[in-house]
Amino acid sequence: MFVRGLKRKCFDGEEDIEGTLAGIKAIPSYNLQRQSLLDMSLVKLQLCHMLVEPNLCRSVLIANTVRQIQEEMTQDGTWQMINTQSTGQASLDRLVSTDILCRSSREQAEEKHVPSYGTFNKDFDGDQGQDSSETMSTASSVQAPRNLQGNVWEMENPQENKGNFQKSLDQIFETLENKSPNSVEDLFSEVDNSYYDLDTMLTGMMSNTKMGHCDGLETFSSPTNTASNSNCKSDLNELDHIVEILVES
Amino acid sequence: VAGFGSLMQDVLWCFSQVKGTIDIGVTEADIISTVEFNHTGELLATGDKGGRVVIFQREQESKNQPHRRGEYNVYSTFQSHEPEFDYLKSLEIEEKINKIRWLPQQNAAYFLLSTNDKTVKLWKVSERDKRPEGYNLKDEDGRLRDPSMITMLRVPVLRPTDLMVEATPRRVFANAHTYHINSISVNSDYETYMSADDLRINLWNFEITNQSFNIVDIKPANMEELTEVITAAEFHPHHCNTFVYSSSKGTIRLCDMRTAALCDRHAKFFEEPEDPSNRSFFSEIISSISDVKFSHSGRYIMTRDYLTVKVWDLNMENRPIETYQVHDYLRSKLCSLYENDCIFDKFECVWNGSDSVIMTGSYNNFFRMFDRNTKRDVTLEASRENSKPRAILKPRKVCVGGKRRKDEISVDSLDFSKKILHTAWHPSENIIAVAATNNLYIFQDKVN
Repeated sequence: MFVRGLKRKCFDGEEDIEGTLAGIKAIPSYNLQRQSLLDMSLVKLQLCHMLVEPNLCRSVLIANTVRQIQEEMTQDGTWQMINTQSTGQASLDRLVSTDILCRSSREQAEEKHVPSYGTFNKDFDGDQGQDSSETMSTASSVQAPRNLQGNVWEMENPQENKGNFQKSLDQIFETLENKSPNSVEDLFSEVDNSYYDLDTMLTGMMSNTKMGHCDGLETFSSPTNTASNSNCKSDLNELDHIVEILVES
Repeated sequence: VAGFGSLMQDVLWCFSQVKGTIDIGVTEADIISTVEFNHTGELLATGDKGGRVVIFQREQESKNQPHRRGEYNVYSTFQSHEPEFDYLKSLEIEEKINKIRWLPQQNAAYFLLSTNDKTVKLWKVSERDKRPEGYNLKDEDGRLRDPSMITMLRVPVLRPTDLMVEATPRRVFANAHTYHINSISVNSDYETYMSADDLRINLWNFEITNQSFNIVDIKPANMEELTEVITAAEFHPHHCNTFVYSSSKGTIRLCDMRTAALCDRHAKFFEEPEDPSNRSFFSEIISSISDVKFSHSGRYIMTRDYLTVKVWDLNMENRPIETYQVHDYLRSKLCSLYENDCIFDKFECVWNGSDSVIMTGSYNNFFRMFDRNTKRDVTLEASRENSKPRAILKPRKVCVGGKRRKDEISVDSLDFSKKILHTAWHPSENIIAVAATNNLYIFQDKVN
């Protein structure tokens, strides 16, 4: 299906995804389909940030779908694979690669309704023969805009040295399931309406941004907003610093 | 007058009227967001995205034109809600009218509740066909007279005048909902009503606007644990202590307000076990209930989820007694519908006056009716092409695969931007109102 370059078209009409899941997992395309569904869902959660308060029912349903996929990937062992590949020294390289992908998606942001998803598919068409690590890094391009800020925090907080992809999804699910004792700190480190902060997103309680766009999603912001966004960022640097002090004391 | 309780196979639906412009470029504000007949069917109200309410009144049937069985004409138009800005959250509050509910008529005036995402308003719609004339202290234009110029006194009299219909806001019920209001329901005691948002349901007394009782609260202590929201709620038509609410997980809870002040523990819990063979990542989303309605009798509830309409017997919680497929051909398209957000469309459903037929909308301006007795169903279309006076609506058919017959339409040709989310059925006659984007279609059954 991806070979034919079907942009932004899902795996409809194929019986795979609707049939019994157990037997289908052997098929590589199932994982790719599932991955694309995960990415699409994450983008949708982001696009929830609009002028009007986001539809809570829709957000909750999408978040539940994301969690379902993550649970299945954990059972699969696919999740483990992503874990091992994202730790270690590779994080810095990943920053560069995702940044490149982020730039291309920014260019397409004006034309397409779901720009990063379109970008993802387009990149993926070219990378047909790659293994799943490529899948993961192209997938993480969807989160790349948000991770630009996340990267800054990462370099200041070496103890949180996870890979971008892992960090972003972890933060979502930590906020969803409250696993990690650091979840509160994580929430405060992204006060800027990032979708990491699921609580903020779900209730639409945004403190800073008038436009309501994710701060990190500069690809989606109109040019007039970048000024206010950068002001928010400097404030958040300080805020994060303060929170860090508070938590450690 | 035909119609009450007649079997669907005997009913031929005809076009009666259409309201709204034919313009290709539809203003967003004109999109109809709710439709509701009043308790006698004499009035038909619509609310739109621009916060306006338009009320149509059925004209008296005249012997001269028996075939025009009481057409609906504009009776009153008013701006119910205005856009607001929540400064605390830096977010706009839409003026879109989510629901209108009529109160039963108790005097010459009509009362209705209309709500947007945050505020419910009680409107009084009354007629004025007389006006006082002959005031002593002011002249006919209302200007004050010079008292020294008044040489005699007279008694003002009421003189007939052109009929004026006035809508005045009598109560504003505000600041009680943190989340978006999806339902309002008038209680059978006619003294109270409820408003439901994503996480809470409040009970109001019509006379009191600065207080409401919270009767359901499903907000978790930690919002990160939120996995389910309230999608619709309604009072029982006869038992003023009973109400139901539906959830995004496809469940319905029936609550009794006599048991506790906060009805967090349901009296009954309706849920159908999941079919494991149909399980997919979209299972939960398509099970989310978009509408719940009690039958007029109060014995059944009807729920609408993305692909089906279900009828439940209040006495049986473990599964519905009837399930009707609205557009099962969409089951293989769920991923595309998820991508374009259509999977989140909230379709409503309605009972006819005798609870024998149920109706709901679909895409391509199609709407569906299911006869519960004969198990027959029909698909009809609200379109300008079928809009000749008293033209009989031809049943439509969606072709699922293989050969497409001449009159059929294939699934891939369906227009998903033309969705019929809101319909209404006259309380006692076979008259239906169907909202298709910015147009309101009124269909009646054929008069012989």
